[in-house]
Amino acid sequence: MWARLEAEEETTAKKKDARARGKAEMQPAYTDDDEYTKDDSSEGAQAQHVAGLAEQNASGRWQTGIVGLSRTRSAIGDNTKHAEPTRESSSLQLPNTARTTHDFTTLPPLPLHPRAAHADLFLLLLRPPIDHATDPAGEMETSAAAAAEEERGLAASLTARYSDWVAEELDELGGSFLLTDPAMPGHPIVYASRGLPALTGYPRRAVLGRNARLFQGAATDRAAVAGLREAVRAQRAHQVAILNYRRDGSPHWVLLHVAPVFHAADGRVLHFLAVQVPIAAAAATRGAACRGPALFAACREEARVEEELPCAATHAGEVFVDIDKRGLEAEEPRVARGCDKEKALSTASSIFSALNRYSKLTGLVVCGKRCDSVGIPALSSSLNLSLGRIKQSFVLTDRHLPDMPIVYASDAFLSLTGYSREEILGCNCRFLSGPDTSVDVLEEISRHICCEQACTVRLLNYRKDGSTFRDLLQVSPIRNASGKVAFHVWVHLDESAKCDFNGLTPEIWQLGAVGAVRVAVRSLSASGSLLRPAQ
Amino acid sequence: MEVKLTIKRVPTVLSNYQEEGRAGGCGRNCLGDCCLPGANPIQHFICLSLAASKLPLYAFKANPKKPAQEDGLPTDFFLNSLLLTQWEDRVARGLFRYDVTACETKVIPGELGFVAQLNEGRHLKKRPTEFRVDCVLHPFDSAKFNFTKVGQEEVLFRFENGGGDDSYFLANAPSTESDHVPNVVAINVSPIEYGHVLLIPRVLDRLPQRIDHESFVLALHMAAEAASPYFRLGYNSLGAFATINHLHFQAYYLSVPFPVEKAPTKKIPLAKSALKSGVKVSKLRNFPVRGLVFERGNTLKDLADVVTNACIWLQDNNVPFNVLISDSGRRIFLFPQCYAEKQALGEVSQDLLDTQVNPAVWEISGHIVLKRRMDFEEASEVSAWRLLAEVSLSEERFEEVKDCIFQATGLTESDEEEETTEESPCASSSSVPLASSHIPEGCLVRQ
Repeated sequence: MWARLEAEEETTAKKKDARARGKAEMQPAYTDDDEYTKDDSSEGAQAQHVAGLAEQNASGRWQTGIVGLSRTRSAIGDNTKHAEPTRESSSLQLPNTARTTHDFTTLPPLPLHPRAAHADLFLLLLRPPIDHATDPAGEMETSAAAAAEEERGLAASLTARYSDWVAEELDELGGSFLLTDPAMPGHPIVYASRGLPALTGYPRRAVLGRNARLFQGAATDRAAVAGLREAVRAQRAHQVAILNYRRDGSPHWVLLHVAPVFHAADGRVLHFLAVQVPIAAAAATRGAACRGPALFAACREEARVEEELPCAATHAGEVFVDIDKRGLEAEEPRVARGCDKEKALSTASSIFSALNRYSKLTGLVVCGKRCDSVGIPALSSSLNLSLGRIKQSFVLTDRHLPDMPIVYASDAFLSLTGYSREEILGCNCRFLSGPDTSVDVLEEISRHICCEQACTVRLLNYRKDGSTFRDLLQVSPIRNASGKVAFHVWVHLDESAKCDFNGLTPEIWQLGAVGAVRVAVRSLSASGSLLRPAQ
Repeated sequence: MEVKLTIKRVPTVLSNYQEEGRAGGCGRNCLGDCCLPGANPIQHFICLSLAASKLPLYAFKANPKKPAQEDGLPTDFFLNSLLLTQWEDRVARGLFRYDVTACETKVIPGELGFVAQLNEGRHLKKRPTEFRVDCVLHPFDSAKFNFTKVGQEEVLFRFENGGGDDSYFLANAPSTESDHVPNVVAINVSPIEYGHVLLIPRVLDRLPQRIDHESFVLALHMAAEAASPYFRLGYNSLGAFATINHLHFQAYYLSVPFPVEKAPTKKIPLAKSALKSGVKVSKLRNFPVRGLVFERGNTLKDLADVVTNACIWLQDNNVPFNVLISDSGRRIFLFPQCYAEKQALGEVSQDLLDTQVNPAVWEISGHIVLKRRMDFEEASEVSAWRLLAEVSLSEERFEEVKDCIFQATGLTESDEEEETTEESPCASSSSVPLASSHIPEGCLVRQ
């Protein structure tokens, strides 16, 4: 019913735009690719912007979709009473089976939820449209039953992982932030904080079930978006100053801090947390940003960051130096100040504490980094010192931990790849791979790792900025004093870099790192000083 | 009629080509002629000489005490970039009999911190070899295995005196250098530790296992080039568990202090005339094996000469001994020993014999390789001490030997009462000649 109304009211242009938008919204179940961002062209971006306006203009014709229902495939036929969630200005009822195809051209111009991935607990509700005229605050006025159902649905994403009171606890926290669930189709927002409406103009419930890209618009820098996408794909924290759009279409700058929430035991990502801190207009670049507290003291001697959350703050302002500004030329790119970053971090850490407090009640421990005290072993300072003397570009990984995380990275590796230590510790090496990296070579490496053999391969790897390099990679198992494999060392060499190895061939020179790591690990573990003593 | 004291021992295999009964052939990759059975020694010689001339060459600086130039090789080049990389390369090529890093190692709790390793793979050969233990010098025997027979792939690089102020490295050395008989560094295919190599001075000269001045200086230079206190060289004389009668030193890299390096020492005061070379001599205290410690010296050669003279006396007088070069060549330990003799005379208790530990220089220094798991599990400072105590000369015998050594080296013990000041085992870095005036008791100044 609503669909017909909508279709009639929309202009052709809007229909077309909405279709484009719908195309943008359409996506398969959670993949690595496009969580917070969309990959499509500017047409899509344009469409979204227009759609944003459309939302504003449409009166009383929007519906909010709640958190998507992700059903098992067997249950797909079972949702007779639910239609797909829709976005604000349009809705359409479609049988679920149509979702199984990704033929955008035949689908109606609506955001469609894709095939469900995992069984979970959500209800997909179609709520009656809201009459803006009668509800200026934008709060939903629906039947009590629908509201109750929505509450349950909301809570379920969280209560599956945390105790029932977690939402209340999060409500207590200030600031504007979201929690999103990557396991659900469309990577929707499952929680929005109290402070969200004040900053973005969206009522809290308006954003639930939607992908967080809804805050982006035409002039949002694509590079920043791409960086976010990469970070989400690689399941690591990321901070970027980005141009967002309020509900009324007006743009504003925020410092966006995105961090994964890990299941501490098995390293699964449960949620992503996105904190938005507004950046004031007169924020000129400050040479030395206002001093962050101990939060920023990620000491390089330690192989893991303990209290504070990791943040890729290095590029906060730099992203915008060379942007292609589409649309808003009047605004200078904003640079987040230190205090903004601080605020983002402290908000994030209070959220983590809240999650942790309530997660413990359900027996689940979550952490901000995949390397917690139950995660990466803390390397002793002697080992760090010995490893620090090695000049080659290398990392150490630990195969016994879930997803074989990096437990040490040399300075040369960081300069080669452009990442910071905080970004990569605890992560699997796969972030170096990209579309052109040979899968066969990666498999060969895996095979050798499983057999505890060394291998030398050449492959194409990617730096943080997306550029590639031909990597001469040697991977070797490293045993400790008990004779068992403790780590694997991955020694990288950019083959195009011209270096003088004093007469040695590059391969031979690389072996020096392997030898030095072997000696250090073996000797230190023999005398019991390989790892930091447990607290 | 002289009683020949012999023991049957299974030697450790040092090279992949060290097989008994191997008729001829100097190894693979040779030019072909000399690999025919019955080839004569001259052909062997030519082949290895040609092979050696193709090796990479590391030329060390003439004076190790001079600081390296700016554009010279980095200090850790010799150890990290050359030796360990070459070693690791041979690991990748599968030349070792076993992966030494897969052998369990631990530091035994205790004051001295003996290092025990469980190595069940080292002891592989079944046929015992006879060694005369009452004769430290044997003439070279070409029929037996020697290092001219190693495969070329086991040889890592040449180690020569560059004669200049800086060390340099040539990956492809010109063959005109071959009028100088090459010194080579080769891998030990049954390694005790990571980086275990053999330094073979003047390999083509086929010297028997006996110390001479030039070779000992070479060994000290190698220790100095490595520039790491954890890279040590060792020497075993015949009768002190050397396995091959071809002059060689062993070396490896273990980043743990050796017990002998931590043991306290007592300085032996020397008369004024003896101070010309600047060498200091001390005696080990509180250590199961009695030994002398030589340090300082005005130059590297001075120190080398003093120790060499001591060794020559021991060799000539049939006292088996071991030498440990530590602290980058600044501290040299000399251990006369008598374990083999005791074994032959049946004076060693059976349980010690059952451990099959041959106390060579590494064991005496405190790094003990055990072949049975139960020995490894039960290893303790007490058991290590007990084993090594059997190796040591008795106090009287040691004093006799020491006096002879002093005589041979031209050192004279001073008439002053022996100093009772304990010298801390950490040697300082520079070697400054001590004031040569007569020093009153108790005022000895350590630099």
